[in-house]
Amino acid sequence: MEIHLKNIEFSYDRIPVLKGIDARIGKGEFVTLVGPNGSGKSTLIKCLNGILKIRKGAVLLDDHNISTYRSDRLARVMAYVPQSEQKAIPMKVFDAVLLGRKPYISWRPARRDMEVVDEILMRLNLEDVAMKEVQKLSGGQQQRVYIARALAQEPEVLLLDEPTANLDLKHQMEVLDLLRSLTSRGITVIMALHDINLASLYGTRVMMMKEGKIFASGGMEVFTAENIEELYDVKVHMIHENGSVYIIPNRYEIK
Amino acid sequence: MKKPNIIHQYRDYTRRRILFVLMVILIMLAVGVYAVITGAAGISVSDIFRVLSGRGDAISGQIILNIRLPRVLAALLAGLALASSGAVMQSLLRNPLASPFTLGISGAAAFGAAFAIVMSGSLGGSSGTGTDSWIDEQYLVMFSAFVWSMVSTGFILVIAQYRGATPEVMILAGIAIGSLFNAGVSALQYVATDVELAAIVFWMFGDLGRASWDEVVVLSLLLFPILIFFMSKSWSYKALQSGDEFAISLGVRASRVRLTGMLAASLATAVVVSFYGIIAFVGLVVPHIVRRCIGGDDFFLIPASALFGAMFLLLSDTVARTLFSPVILPVGILTSFIGAPLFLFLLLRGMGRGYWS
Ligand SMILES: Nc1ncnc2c1ncn2[C@@H]1O[C@H](COP(=O)(O)OP(=O)(O)O)[C@@H](O)[C@H]1O
Ligand SMILES: [Mg+2]
Repeated sequence: MEIHLKNIEFSYDRIPVLKGIDARIGKGEFVTLVGPNGSGKSTLIKCLNGILKIRKGAVLLDDHNISTYRSDRLARVMAYVPQSEQKAIPMKVFDAVLLGRKPYISWRPARRDMEVVDEILMRLNLEDVAMKEVQKLSGGQQQRVYIARALAQEPEVLLLDEPTANLDLKHQMEVLDLLRSLTSRGITVIMALHDINLASLYGTRVMMMKEGKIFASGGMEVFTAENIEELYDVKVHMIHENGSVYIIPNRYEIK
Repeated sequence: MKKPNIIHQYRDYTRRRILFVLMVILIMLAVGVYAVITGAAGISVSDIFRVLSGRGDAISGQIILNIRLPRVLAALLAGLALASSGAVMQSLLRNPLASPFTLGISGAAAFGAAFAIVMSGSLGGSSGTGTDSWIDEQYLVMFSAFVWSMVSTGFILVIAQYRGATPEVMILAGIAIGSLFNAGVSALQYVATDVELAAIVFWMFGDLGRASWDEVVVLSLLLFPILIFFMSKSWSYKALQSGDEFAISLGVRASRVRLTGMLAASLATAVVVSFYGIIAFVGLVVPHIVRRCIGGDDFFLIPASALFGAMFLLLSDTVARTLFSPVILPVGILTSFIGAPLFLFLLLRGMGRGYWS
């Protein structure tokens, strides 16, 4: 499923936040949105699946405008993992993941719904905690539950807002490895990420956002010292090693 | 290593939740029978069977059919309405302190009742002269309490429509409107005569002594569609518990679901309150008790709270009738006396253990 962002504009109470975003994202791409706080990453993610209604422009899925989708139809194609939940949901893991089947369920879950949940819990190594309360899991496990819930929607496009926030190094890598593995199944993954080092480590495609616009977009070649200094207003060192780029801010030279 | 069969575990869990509901129904039936046989006049279980099969004597028939049974059914229906509304409001507002009265209904209904009492007192001159005028006045008070409750609910829902139907907007608007009406009640109490003042205060204690078949019929016709409506929306309510944005991404029309759910819950509450006065605590505490027992899944939480609430209010009313017999306490006082310790007990027992299921 190809996603086409056509000149998207969005304002909160007349304050423009997205100022004309254009992009095409192909099936199975792994896209990271990076940029400073307030640059509009979260807002863009929410516009992509209609949580926020855009004022101008359009989001097309294989040439169909998402505003023409029925809401539960759209939920079968696109799933959203919010930035860390305000408070963990008071539910068992199985129930939380089953909630992702909502677009397919009217009264009670069918056998297939249960099987999908079962399969996803296994795949994400959550089978041992299936009957535990979500609140009682570690941060990394909770994040996996939320991703599992989104996968239960059987989406073709997965949107995530800062999926590695609040996670330690190992769990950050675990989550990103998991997301990367989804793209090989043809799922398009689009996520906001404020850690540019992680983005450069994993991102097959980077969209740099600044003040509501796409500032630079492409593969590893966009990670240049000039781009990053321009993006964040800080001086950086770039270290190239084994094909990866490591970005080290220079703390004595904030512009 | 053998993998645990997750689907089986989940089915077991679902079975336990259904078992809980069945248990509550059984207790409710037992309390129901006990409530019919206890009271000033002696009635036995076999009397109930005889009367219900049309073979009883006139006196026990009169007592069972016209006094005890309507009161038992009123307690069940009022408890059902308050507890299911409370469960829905707590989910929709994502707030454990939400109750059927969060949108200011208790204040508005009390104002409506006080308004009718004071007005009919000053218009009709001497109130309480004949039985007819007393009955008329009773209906007027009921009607006024209901209308003002719905005015306050409508007002808050309209505000929410404009300012965004978020839990915060609704809770704050409810607090504001509620205190406005409470001020109104105080003002009316200040200008009321002694008789009217007593009537106002008495109205504010929830009391099922006013129960008759008419209200029971109205309540059942209203409540069952509302309960089915709640159940049909339970997946949306569950999604809303995890935040509006997430719910929208699951295809839930968050504002609309919240507005219609609040409206239905408020309607059920307003009718109960205008019939029987303010019965505190049931709508706040019963959903918590049930949630501790079977978890927060609205598909089970709503019907289980409804039944538990019905059982709980009937139990409270039966205790209220018999504890200091022949003096009958208003049930509104008893619900807090029974509910608060029960809830604290569960709170302490459940500490650090979560749900017992
Ligand atoms: N609900 C909101 N109402 C008003 N302004 C908002 C809201 N959410 C975000 N903003 C503003 O929009 C801009 C972009 O925010 P956001 O998309 O969250 O950025 P990012 O995720 O890149 O940090 C910021 O200036 C922020 O203050
Ligand atoms: Mg953000």
